[in-house]
Parts: sequence; structure tokens; C-alpha cells
Amino acid sequence: MADVGRHPRIELLAYSEVDNVTGYVGNFTVTVRKKARYVDVAECTACGDCEDVCPVTAPDEFEIGLATRKAIYQPFPQAVPSAYVLNIDECLGNNPIACGKCLEACDKDCIDYDDEDELVDIEVGTILVCVGMDVYDPTTLDEFGYTRYENVITSLEFERLINSGGPTRGHLIRMTDREQPRTVAFIQCVGSRDASRGNPYCSNFCCMNTVKDCLLIKDHYPDVDIKVFYMDIRAFGKGFEDLFQRSKEAGTVYIRGIPGEIEEDPETKSLRLYVETTTEGGVNCHEVDMAVLSVGAVPKRDSDMIQRLLTLQRSQDGFFLEAHPKLKPVDAATQGIFFAGCAESPKDIKDSVTQASAAVGRANRLMMQGEVKVEAITSTVIPDLCKSCGICVKVCPYNAISCDTKAKTPAVVVEAACAGCGACSAECPFGAITMKHFTDSQIDAQIDAMLSDNPQDKVLAFACNWCSYSGADLAGTNRFQYPANVRLIRTMCSGRVDKRFVLRAFAMGAPIVLVSGCHFADCHYINAVHWTQRRVEKLWDELEKKGIRPERLQLEWISAAEGQKFATVMRAVEELRQKVTRDEIEHTRKVLADVLEPTGVVA
Amino acid sequence: MATREEGDEKLRVGVFVCQCGLNIAGTVDCEAVAEFAETLDDVAVVFNNRYTCSEPGQLEVKKAIQEHDLNRVVVASCSPLMHEPTFRAVLAEAGLNPYLLEMANLREHCSWVHMGEPDKATDKAKDLVKMAVARARRLRAQKEMVVPIRQKALVIGGGVAGIQASLDLADAGYQVYLVEKEPSIGGIMAQIDKTYPTMDCSI
Repeated sequence: MADVGRHPRIELLAYSEVDNVTGYVGNFTVTVRKKARYVDVAECTACGDCEDVCPVTAPDEFEIGLATRKAIYQPFPQAVPSAYVLNIDECLGNNPIACGKCLEACDKDCIDYDDEDELVDIEVGTILVCVGMDVYDPTTLDEFGYTRYENVITSLEFERLINSGGPTRGHLIRMTDREQPRTVAFIQCVGSRDASRGNPYCSNFCCMNTVKDCLLIKDHYPDVDIKVFYMDIRAFGKGFEDLFQRSKEAGTVYIRGIPGEIEEDPETKSLRLYVETTTEGGVNCHEVDMAVLSVGAVPKRDSDMIQRLLTLQRSQDGFFLEAHPKLKPVDAATQGIFFAGCAESPKDIKDSVTQASAAVGRANRLMMQGEVKVEAITSTVIPDLCKSCGICVKVCPYNAISCDTKAKTPAVVVEAACAGCGACSAECPFGAITMKHFTDSQIDAQIDAMLSDNPQDKVLAFACNWCSYSGADLAGTNRFQYPANVRLIRTMCSGRVDKRFVLRAFAMGAPIVLVSGCHFADCHYINAVHWTQRRVEKLWDELEKKGIRPERLQLEWISAAEGQKFATVMRAVEELRQKVTRDEIEHTRKVLADVLEPTGVVA
Repeated sequence: MATREEGDEKLRVGVFVCQCGLNIAGTVDCEAVAEFAETLDDVAVVFNNRYTCSEPGQLEVKKAIQEHDLNRVVVASCSPLMHEPTFRAVLAEAGLNPYLLEMANLREHCSWVHMGEPDKATDKAKDLVKMAVARARRLRAQKEMVVPIRQKALVIGGGVAGIQASLDLADAGYQVYLVEKEPSIGGIMAQIDKTYPTMDCSI
């Protein structure tokens, strides 16, 4: 930690948050909000004089509320940067100054009640997302009585109790009588491996953390009896089995079964655990002085914001989704962004460190080349067809198009800023914008090829590259079976799906057309998917007016993590297809015949 | 080697149907798909490979581009999200613009998801190849824009992963900005006393 603080090439922006991100691989501009700290980090020597005179006490977050701190405080003794911070909401001294004691006590004069948030722009080539995890809150698991019974604590609270720098200076005591417990129970998988209550996944580190905690207790207090209640002990890493065996040799008793209920003795405040032991059968009661809930990991609470700012995806468990589970385990789908640590999935320290070094390797691979090739999938304006209406300017999520509507000069695309979603191309009323490599004529050719024979038997699905197409890939790797009638056409974004493509498909005899894209929060192109929805909604009206059942055009949001949903949607659209009659298809063909007439536009 | 650009030259599409061992061929009749591909417009040559992505498979694509003077390539194998970069590189090595490649996804979108319906899967595979050839015929050479990449990195989060990443990047010579939401770095790791498997302190 200290190395970070003094490394000449690391600028530490502590107490700061990412506010905005623009740009693309190699050229990201990141706006960082440096939150008002009210203490000058550079000047503060962490002498503690301010803390001594501060009259306000508040629960200490670092000690998880097991101790108190002042309103002006250092988060913990080894904090980096080694500087104080003032919680202005708790402080009495701000506006008008009612207290001001710390101000007087500070020799270095580094406290400033008028400090304000500051926004700074930094320009970087790559971004590593290491936002970590939160611990599961077991309050909702009523049977364990957490918060109702004081002697039931979480594994993280236990860490603070056994820590020589913690509130008890490392003395293991129970909350109710401050006495050393004679028997301690650990309950595993709290919030993990339970789909109905908590989370379905294994949190990876809790078994070994408990094994370690048992060894610590036995080391300090050999006479304490320890019982560990578990489903399975997962000691799969290097040296882990050895530790597990050592904890058994030290006297830890492992009992296979999770308590169904904890009861508190009202007098002694000891706990009775009722457990069905699955190795022997039968329900047993175990009386202990203290119980530790081995709580699992949950995705960081503000993952939504990071996801939105960096247009990332998350898997169904809520952790960030890697570009490929085996071959690109630290890459995000967006080029130039990488994951490390629990942001990607729950993992222990060794795995976090390993993944961090791997992510750095991937980032280095990009940056060391000094330049990066951008895929040639951007949009191009055909000047002769452009009427300078300016719609494309409004549509573009990246402000990559400019157009002087008064001077009536054709729109201009800034190629470096264009990400290639194709929403402009689809929205242009004059067919004056096309996409390199996903041209109108290429997509028309795919539609025609698919529907030139037996169209009535087929479902045409447009799928966006990042989410729905990947979701279909995931259905494949998971072998989720679905009817063989569907054929996919890949576009970079569902926003690329021009109304013309849909009408062309119906004119060619398609019974069902599906447009599928990312969920709104997942959209890889900021908000291009909004245009997809608007366009499809308008098309539903238009189809209805033409006497075509709007249900024949389906719209679905399928993420890259939703392989199961993809298969379900495919079954649903196939059911819809079977309800479309030949007469209906013929009628549609007649109504839309003019769609197939050549327009003279060659894109 | 000079990269050949498209022009008025006659279209010559090469189709490479990959069996992917039995991943595709176990469900899809790859021979029938290959025979069908021969009937499509502008298809000059069709190959039926066991593993198109393997070294011999790639070599065959390269050789075919040169021997058969191909100017469009369709690889009917797995997802382009998996192997498009692989085959684009093959085209480039053979002197073709990498954007003259189209892939048909016969594995993730066909053989793996219609395992009980080999006939229907084969029909679908034919359609997917037909669509891929249709698009390939309209592909144009593209030039990729080259942009400079900044020698600086942003690390979001100063827990154990962010700390390690920052140090590694900085030691490798890059300027690092480490953004941490809390007043100190350290994350959950800093709250833990001893850590396994070494049983030493975490900070």
C-alpha cells in the first residue's frame, strides 16, 4: 500500500470518483470528481491534534461500527494517503462556525471548511476496472438472528476482533459480556449457494477464510472449542488442503450441515444452533458462546454507475462480464478496458493479485505498441443524397456528426469519434448515410439469400454484436437447444436495423422478424438502443395501418449473459411463426411489393 | 506484399466449411453443405476442413487464396466473435484485405443448439452459408484508421487488485492514475488480519 503512495509514476486520487468517460481505446478522457476532503492531503502530517480536540463521535466504518471515531479522522493507522478527512455532515464547525476546535489545533493550517468538490480531466489509453465487492448482509436471513442476537457476528466483524490493531487489540471477546468465548461456531455459505435466499454462486474464499480463522483462534486460545457448520469444504487451491488438515489437527470440528435456526438463551446470551447433520442424519442442538456467519461476496453496490459510464456488461450474478470466459478472462468487450479482482467474480487475494497482473499484461500489450487500429466499421455520408436535415446529428450518441442545416452543406462524420453503431444510417430519411462493412446492400443481400426459398418456414432475427449475438453464442456453448428455423443477421447495434430491412424481409415473405439488442443499461453505444425501440414502435403502427399484424415484428432485449433467455425467445418466436398463415404472408408480399423495387441507391 | 484492392475484377469466392472435429460435423452434414456451397454464385472453390482454425487449416486457406486467385473468403465455422481476428490475419498474410472475409456461424448458432435435428441443422447451415456468400460478394476492402494510444492508464478502485495493477503498470513505465472512492486505498483487504495461505498480515 505504501509503495503506491510513493511511486513516482502513480498519481493517487483518493476520495475521488469517476464522473464521466468519453473516447475510445487509446484515447479515453475521464472526468474525476475529487470530493471535498476539507483537509489538505499534501500538508497534513497525520499528527492527530485535530482528532484529539474534536467533540463529535461517530461509528467507525473501518471497524464496522465496533468502535467509534471522531468527525475528523484517519480511516485507519496505515491509511494511504496518510492524511485526515473531515466528515462535513457530522462536523459542528461548518457554516456558521460553531466549534472550530480542529482549525485552532492544526499547526499546519491544513483544514479548510470551504473546500469544494473539484472536477479534473485525465487522459488515458487504457482503463482497469478493480472496483471490488461488497459483503453479503445477512440481516434478512432471519433464522440466524444477526443483529437480533449480539453474539452472532459476521466473518468481517470477526476479522476486526481478532486483529491486534482492532478495537479489542486482538482479544477475542463476545459482544454481550466482553468475555472470551469458550465455544465458537462458524456457519458457512451465508448468502452463497442458495438461489432462493442470497446468491446462487459460491463466493470462493469463505471456506479458506474460516479455516484460517480457526487456526488463528487455536493459535491464540488453544482451549476454545470450534465447530464449523458447512455444506462442502472447498479447499481447492495450492496449499489449501494442507491448511484445512492443519485446522482439523488443531482440534476444529467440522460438521456437515447448516443450522436451520439459532436460539439465544435469554440469561447467558449463549446460542443454541439446531442443525440437521447430513452425514449422520437427525437434528442436533449445539450450544456455543458465539457464532460467526461466513458471509459471501456480492457485486459492488455502485457497479451500475461504472457499467453505464464504461458501457460494460454484467453476468447474471451481477459481476462484470469478461469478453470470453476462457480466452479473454480479463478483457471487457470494449477494447482497452480490463477487469481485475472481485469486480469480475469473487476471488481471494492471491487470485486478485494474479488477475491484476494479467490485466496489466493485456493493457501493456496494447499500450506498448504506441498505436492502435480502429475497426473500419464507421459511418460515411453520401454527400449527393444528404439534404442537410440534421437528424443524424441528433441521433449520434457520440456527437460524431456535424451538419450546418442553415448553409445546407452535407453532414460530416468525424471518423475518430464514430463508434460504428449505425443508428444514424438507420434514421437518415434519405438513405444518405451508410456504414463501412455493414452496408445496406450487404444486409439486403443477406435478407434476400435467406428468404429466397421457403421463407414461410423461417424466422429472421437481427442481433446486435455485443449482446444478443453473444447471447446466442452463449446458448451454443451451453448447448441450450431451440428450434432450427431461426437465422441471425449480425449488426454492430440494434440501432443499425433500418426500417427498410424489416419491410424488405416482410416483402420477401418472412413470417416473423425479430429485432434483438442490448438491455438499455447494457447498450454498447451509450443510448443508441433507444432509437431501436422508437423505430420499432413506429413500425408497429405502420404495419397495423397496412393491415399487417404488428406481432409479426418482435422486439427483445437479450444480454450477452442471457443464453437461456435467447433460447426461450427463439422458442417463442417459432410458436408465433406457426400461427402466421400463408394467406397472410401473400397479403403482406402484395402490400409491400414496392419495397423491393430498386431505388437506384447503391450503398 | 501489396494488398489487393477490389475493383472490377470478377468475384471469386472461396468457401471453407469447417467440421470442427465433431463439434459441427457431429450434427451438420458438412459434405452436403460444401456441395451446396459449390452451386452458389461466384463461388470458385469449396473446401471441407476438419479444423479450419488449425495451422494446416489456415495454411490451406492461404494456399487457396493464392492458387485459386480468391478475392472473397467465407469461413463457415464458429462464431466470428471467436475467430474473425484469426481469419482476418490469414487473409492479410495471403495479401487480401482482411475485410473481404465473412463468417457463417455453424457451431454456436447451429450444430450446438440443434443437436437432435441433424436434417434441419444441415438445412440451416446451408442457409447460413448462402447468406454469408451473399454478403461476401458485396464486401469491400476497408482501411483501418490508426490512432495513437496514450501511454497512461486509469485504475478504478484501490483494493488489492487495483494496488497490484497500479504498481505493475507503473513499474512497466506507464503513468498511472489510481482513483479510489474512499479516503484511503486498501479496500476490504486492509480490514483483514492474517491472510491465507501464508498466514501473514495483509497490509
